[in-house]
Amino acid sequence: MAEVILKNLSKSFGSDVGVADISMTIPDGAFVVMLGPTGAGKTTTLRLISGLEKPDGGEVWIDGRNVEGETPAQRDVAMVFQQYSLYPHLTVKDNLAFPLKSPILNTPAAEIERKVAEVAEVLQISHKLGNKATELSGGEMQRVSIGRALVRDPAIYLMDEPLSSLDAKLRTDLRVELKRIQANLGATLLYVTHDQIEAMTMATHVGVLDNGRLVQFGTPREIYENPDSLYVASRLGQPRINILPADLFGGAPAGAMQIGLRPEHIQQGVGQEAEVQRVEHLGDQNRLHLILKGHPITTIADPSTDYEPGAHIKIAPRKPLCFDADGNRIR
Amino acid sequence: MSSFSVTEPSKRSKWFAGTLVILYALITMIPLAWIMLTGFKSPADAISYPPKVVFEPTLEGYVNLFTQRTRQTQEYLDANPPENWRDEIVRQYDMVIVGPSKFGERFLNSVIIGFGSTFLSIFLGTLAAYAFSRFKIPLADDLLFFILSTRMMPPIAVAIPIFLMYRQLGLSDTHLGMILLYTAVNISLAVWLLKGFIDEIPREYEEAALIDGYTRFQAFYKVVLPQAATGIASTAIFCLIFAWNEYAFAVLLTSGTAQTAPPFIPTIIGVGGLDWPAVAAGATIFLIPVMIFTILLRKHLLRGITFGAVRK
Repeated sequence: MAEVILKNLSKSFGSDVGVADISMTIPDGAFVVMLGPTGAGKTTTLRLISGLEKPDGGEVWIDGRNVEGETPAQRDVAMVFQQYSLYPHLTVKDNLAFPLKSPILNTPAAEIERKVAEVAEVLQISHKLGNKATELSGGEMQRVSIGRALVRDPAIYLMDEPLSSLDAKLRTDLRVELKRIQANLGATLLYVTHDQIEAMTMATHVGVLDNGRLVQFGTPREIYENPDSLYVASRLGQPRINILPADLFGGAPAGAMQIGLRPEHIQQGVGQEAEVQRVEHLGDQNRLHLILKGHPITTIADPSTDYEPGAHIKIAPRKPLCFDADGNRIR
Repeated sequence: MSSFSVTEPSKRSKWFAGTLVILYALITMIPLAWIMLTGFKSPADAISYPPKVVFEPTLEGYVNLFTQRTRQTQEYLDANPPENWRDEIVRQYDMVIVGPSKFGERFLNSVIIGFGSTFLSIFLGTLAAYAFSRFKIPLADDLLFFILSTRMMPPIAVAIPIFLMYRQLGLSDTHLGMILLYTAVNISLAVWLLKGFIDEIPREYEEAALIDGYTRFQAFYKVVLPQAATGIASTAIFCLIFAWNEYAFAVLLTSGTAQTAPPFIPTIIGVGGLDWPAVAAGATIFLIPVMIFTILLRKHLLRGITFGAVRK
């Protein structure tokens, strides 16, 4: 396990920006989650660290050494691909053993046997070890591909949306399991996801990417509660943060153009009158879709409330986040 | 096998397709069957008109194919009674066997040259196809077109220059010369076919292998090659069939040491009359290696075993 440092890393594909000037320190033993929409440069960052892609500029430091010019094998990284990339001509067992049999690791047979069995147990694929990789369901393939990384003890694990095609229950199980494994091993992990719950529950640090740039890096709480920009604020939060004109409620600081209101930061019973459009009963809470002076607003309410569409309730902001014309935070 | 087809073909179209396939098989099989049967006929039966479908089988053709015989006087024949069944067959014509024919050697030449050039074409073709498929090569498209352009004329069109070149280089009538020549002709086919197959293998497998601690060559060897087996097998069959059946260059460039079976078989005619059964026997034996090779590689020709382990 090791610390990984990115220094001014850049990569373009023709006229498309892959990543632009990313500097980031992934501390030893950290679980860093990268958030961002498709095309923001998350996967490119993983590929640059692993050595599958050469940067146009900047440096990658793994465990105190500049890995420029080193092959992926020499960098000692393990990667879980979004497309699984299981070797179709091998069995599940051989797929898991493949990295251990490499000339670099050259693990003794008994050790391979033990590690493969152990990882298969954790990922609940022990009964499939004899199958060809092509004879698995999507979820099973994804677990094997996670397993192929976990059998190793690399400087850093790179994971590209590893839980994306699992069903909800397995996803929750593996999320907990992955976090447990990472904490037990003290492993350094860089993890790409779209899933807010994964980001919030697993990460020690979250990096938000926008169009190849790292726009904010901090703990999940910092990112959620104290975003630097409108863009970062809208990356996390379910339902999404409400973006409203700054003068809708009044009291905004000078220069503020927009305010961001998280659904749970809306006080009910005081302030301005809004109309209920739609109510979603989620069991543990009710989601209210309101309209105020033509602006849709989503908020949450106690499950015991029973508003009907057309009802009017008074709302007022609590701890609004204010942003200027460029979407930067005004504190 | 379950059917994935949503529109199951109707009974009538199935029947029609079946008939068509059987008809095609018959048309292609009849000459083959004719050759194989002729190999077991006596020379008289082989040329009888109307052709005989029912006849008394004999191994005369095969004996004549593998032996050299001379006519002898009655005194000599009386003094030397036949020693085995082969002698007895040739005695009918007052002949004795004086030694083996050249067929064995020529057949072995065919095997060495055919399989040698197939191996070389596949070996070089796979490496070249991999490079064209994976690396950024300047002028790659032009190079590929150039490689293909060697196939745009009949190879025999360049026979004279090759003949002169080979004479200068001392490659005429050598195994190496023929292997190189057939490889040169086959390599364009091999590169193009194999490039198509390797293009279909997603790069992600190699990337995974690189990360798993392997070098690029090891990744090629352990991950790409097993998945390209299907393509390699079918390309090898095409290459072998060309090299095995090639006639024109073999006539022109070989006469002795390196002569292959195709130019040899017709020379049987003329040694002691029109010996069609011996020719047919030679053709039958000549078929066997390619048939075995194709049957051995048949299971690799089944496609579709590697699909589905990369999410698209």
